[in-house]
Amino acid sequence: MADAPSGNADNNATEAFLQGGSLKHAPGPYFGSYGGRWMPESLIAALDELEETFDKAKDDPDFRAQVADLNKNYSGRPSLLTEAKRFSEHAGGVRVFLKREDLNHTGSHKINNVLGQALLAKRMGKTRVIAETGAGQHGVASATAAALMGLECVVYMGAEDCRRQALNVARMELLGATVIPVTSGSQTLKDAINDALRDWVANVDNTHYLLGTAAGAHPFPAMVRYFHEVIGEEARAQILDQEGRLPDAVCACIGGGSNAIGIFHGFLDDPSVKIYGFEAGGDGVETGRHAATITLGKPGVLHGARSYLMQDDDGQTIESHSISAGLDYPGVGPEHSYLSDIGRVSYEPITDAEAMEAFRLLCRTEGIIPAIESSHALAGAIKVGQRLAAEAADAGGTAQDKIVIVNLSGRGDKDVATAAEWFDLLDKNSAESEIGKEGEQL
Amino acid sequence: MSTAQTTSKSAAAIDKARAEGRAALIGYLPAGYPSVEDTIAAGIALAENGADLIEIGIPYSDPVMDGQVIQAATTEALAKGFHVRQVFDVVAGITSKTDAAVLVMTYWNPVIRMGVDEFSRRLAEAGGAGLITPDLIPDEAAEWMEASDKYGLDRVFLVAPSSTTERMQRTVDASRGFVYAVSIMGVTGARTSVSTAAKDVVAAAHAAGADRVCVGLGVSNAEQVREIAAYAEGVIVGTALVAAIRDGGVDAVAALTKDLSTGLTRETGLTGEEA
Repeated sequence: MADAPSGNADNNATEAFLQGGSLKHAPGPYFGSYGGRWMPESLIAALDELEETFDKAKDDPDFRAQVADLNKNYSGRPSLLTEAKRFSEHAGGVRVFLKREDLNHTGSHKINNVLGQALLAKRMGKTRVIAETGAGQHGVASATAAALMGLECVVYMGAEDCRRQALNVARMELLGATVIPVTSGSQTLKDAINDALRDWVANVDNTHYLLGTAAGAHPFPAMVRYFHEVIGEEARAQILDQEGRLPDAVCACIGGGSNAIGIFHGFLDDPSVKIYGFEAGGDGVETGRHAATITLGKPGVLHGARSYLMQDDDGQTIESHSISAGLDYPGVGPEHSYLSDIGRVSYEPITDAEAMEAFRLLCRTEGIIPAIESSHALAGAIKVGQRLAAEAADAGGTAQDKIVIVNLSGRGDKDVATAAEWFDLLDKNSAESEIGKEGEQL
Repeated sequence: MSTAQTTSKSAAAIDKARAEGRAALIGYLPAGYPSVEDTIAAGIALAENGADLIEIGIPYSDPVMDGQVIQAATTEALAKGFHVRQVFDVVAGITSKTDAAVLVMTYWNPVIRMGVDEFSRRLAEAGGAGLITPDLIPDEAAEWMEASDKYGLDRVFLVAPSSTTERMQRTVDASRGFVYAVSIMGVTGARTSVSTAAKDVVAAAHAAGADRVCVGLGVSNAEQVREIAAYAEGVIVGTALVAAIRDGGVDAVAALTKDLSTGLTRETGLTGEEA
């Protein structure tokens, strides 16, 4: 942690947690000293409307039934909890279970949030949704939900990402969305969010901003978490059902942090469960080319929330770097900053090389191609497994007594070009080789 | 609007214009574009050609309320190595040569990074009048309220067509100097006409007790200035001036300012309620 927690709010919250208070269902707008609404006044009315609509909806049995029905009959929930026996051998011999968000419709956890928010957009009478996307996962999920519910959809995507992920652009267009290449600023995910916010200010009457992660101004962090809580609830029930006990550790990758907060939430109030968030360490945190926001950032405000932030001494946002476009974001959701400060969740960086090694390992040992994002969680689980195995040995037990759950947040089909280039699997003259080369430059 | 206890430089500048039977002209320039020296020279030219207040923007990596012209200018300033502390040189450079009230317009993170108290102290030391804060609402402004009182700085918050009556009241109460009325739902950028929403926002701010309301966003020519001067205490021009310095340097800023200022005088008879 770069800065010590400041202010009474933090200290009081830390006290409450240490004394056994619940960390679940934190309503916002503040998580300790993080969160809030650092937004232009023009958008406050829309945020108020969204907050009110969301608060009513989550207490409305009809809305909850709609979400449950879509989760089951459209997304394919509950997602499986799969034991990864051969992979486990590389994680100190502890038992590793994968929460299979990769099996959801559209191939990642993102669908949970977009369906919920699209329903809210309809409730507010909005006819148009806008979204930002990095590699395209959230853009594809948003386009999917918009198609399902008959909403117009516009996706902002960095111009460079558009070129690099041409097939994902095509997928969004097939689903009826309009993709707008973003040429402002650094032309990356953060700039796509900036342009989406500019669109929202101008079109807020008929438009809902379908933010893709548990960041941004209140109520987004608490609301996006709400729609992803199903991940943690299912995983907790599944491990109790399958093994009759809670896991020793839960691991997830962190960009903005939506898949992570979803699975963490199920275990926040189980003190015996250690929780780990793995940030993108890029080329290594010592190189400056990374996206390890909590590990090396300092508190600041970006995109509407106070949270850890990669910034220079002037408060200018620093460009992040990761092989994984989905983790390539210089900010992080405010609830994660809070959970870090109070010590409930440990956040650690995983380098590109470590993530790609875990990627290869899961392919070879389990027949599952993971998203490169999720591969950061897998690489972290290997480290955690080895630590737990050592602890077990010290206590006279065996590694087999330890259980680690990894949130496999997405499938890796979208990452094949990047991976093929990384592992040098392509004919040098193939078109795919050209795409892969660009992918590696992330 | 709290004006007691602290002498507001912005309020004084607006009141001086009012005493002359006209609205105040507020010109925006981004610091460090195309250079720090040019910003100072252009600021002085603004003041000498009819601007009563000058708004100096701090280039920021993520300017969500700005349109393409200002984005391009601030991106260039950052690429040339602009540092936040240089804004104080710009403010001091203009206030030492002119009587204009000089405010700084800034997104909030650079202020947090330097420290709200430290930033305020240095701004006051440079002769600055206060801050315009496009992404800081009174709800999150506790530190700034304290620092602005301590150093006698104006705090200019924004109100928008979407502001509810409650929020309008809260924002007007928290502001000092003037209230910045956003003319339309959108980002900065020259527009051919000023939306009718602007007049309603100004009326709502006046009804909430604001003595000085200035209108910005989309204003680019003398005709629009004249239209707004009929119902608001001040008119803010940004993008048009940035385009002027981009295309014609300091001389173009001077010429545009002179032209804009012709729109400030209220035509008696049309606005009989104004004293």
